[in-house]
Amino acid sequence: MLGSLTLILVCQLIGEIITRVTKLPVPGPVIGMILLFCSMVFYPRQIPSEVETVGGFLLRYLALLFVPAGVGVITHLDLLMKSWAPISGTIIIGTLATIAVTGLVMKFLNRRFATTREERRQ
Amino acid sequence: MNAEIQQIWVYLSTTPLLWLTLTLIAYQFGIWLFGKLGCPPLLNPVLTAVIILVVLLKVCGVDYQTYFRGAQFIHFLLGPATVSLAIPLYREIEIIRKSFVQIIITLAVGSTTAIISAVGIVWALGGEKIILLSVAPKSVTTPIAMGISEQIGGLPSLTAVVVVLTGITGAVGGDFVLNRLRINDDKARGMALGVASHGIGTAHAIQKSRVAGAFSALAMALNGLFTALLLPVLVHFMQ
Repeated sequence: MLGSLTLILVCQLIGEIITRVTKLPVPGPVIGMILLFCSMVFYPRQIPSEVETVGGFLLRYLALLFVPAGVGVITHLDLLMKSWAPISGTIIIGTLATIAVTGLVMKFLNRRFATTREERRQ
Repeated sequence: MNAEIQQIWVYLSTTPLLWLTLTLIAYQFGIWLFGKLGCPPLLNPVLTAVIILVVLLKVCGVDYQTYFRGAQFIHFLLGPATVSLAIPLYREIEIIRKSFVQIIITLAVGSTTAIISAVGIVWALGGEKIILLSVAPKSVTTPIAMGISEQIGGLPSLTAVVVVLTGITGAVGGDFVLNRLRINDDKARGMALGVASHGIGTAHAIQKSRVAGAFSALAMALNGLFTALLLPVLVHFMQ
């Protein structure tokens, strides 16, 4: 358990160092994720199996982790009152439109690729 | 008696314990209420918890800094949780490898749609520039979005709020949109939720199916990378 938690934190730490050193605009945790992924792919035996338990625990409560940032709304109540139309518009319409477009593109491509695969078989 | 209560309050309000505990209680109450009333999408537990805590803070006259001193322990876990997204990716590596081309094309289209719709709607509705820059990375997970916002000249704290509200919107309304468009494929559903509404969308997708969860995690991670690389360049050219 402890080893797995350490591994996850080490990945994040190296990620943070890499972003600082290379000045990449990519945040440390994302690089950490790539590092953990690569180590799981290339060294599956050396990775403690409880990494799935620790990571699974964090991911099960992923939504909770956004609550503190969400409560930050309290510091911007004035700005939100003043500009409620553009902000709520972009949040509601923008998000649902993105879901629709992304879902449709993936659905279309999946169908397209499935048919080409079948054609090749025939 | 009154003085005693006052003393306890003074003590509690200086320790991180109180608001850390209340955050956990508010979220669990949100989950309980959600289940109790038959899981109506609008009663998203994150939304419930945020509303309860904002009202509590306002009533008690406590500022956000004091609250965050306790809540930071939860907030901190966003980093390790982001790293942990490697696990569902690894587990579904085969199925992801098979759809790799589709994933990359969908990601590029979805990510661009997210940025353009965010910026375009604020512009069309007459929002100020600072709002425009703050909402541009709204579909990316909080730690990444805050970093981008700071870099392009937005307000990172406003970005964090908009990101969470975007996530809640995706979790609340995503299924409705996807069902309406008859998108039944778990891969497409996961991609849509991950690209548009990051971790909160992914948390929602994981509950629905393993495949949707893995695709959502992948979409969220790739969208974070893609937006972090694309947006600073876009903003540079627009100015």
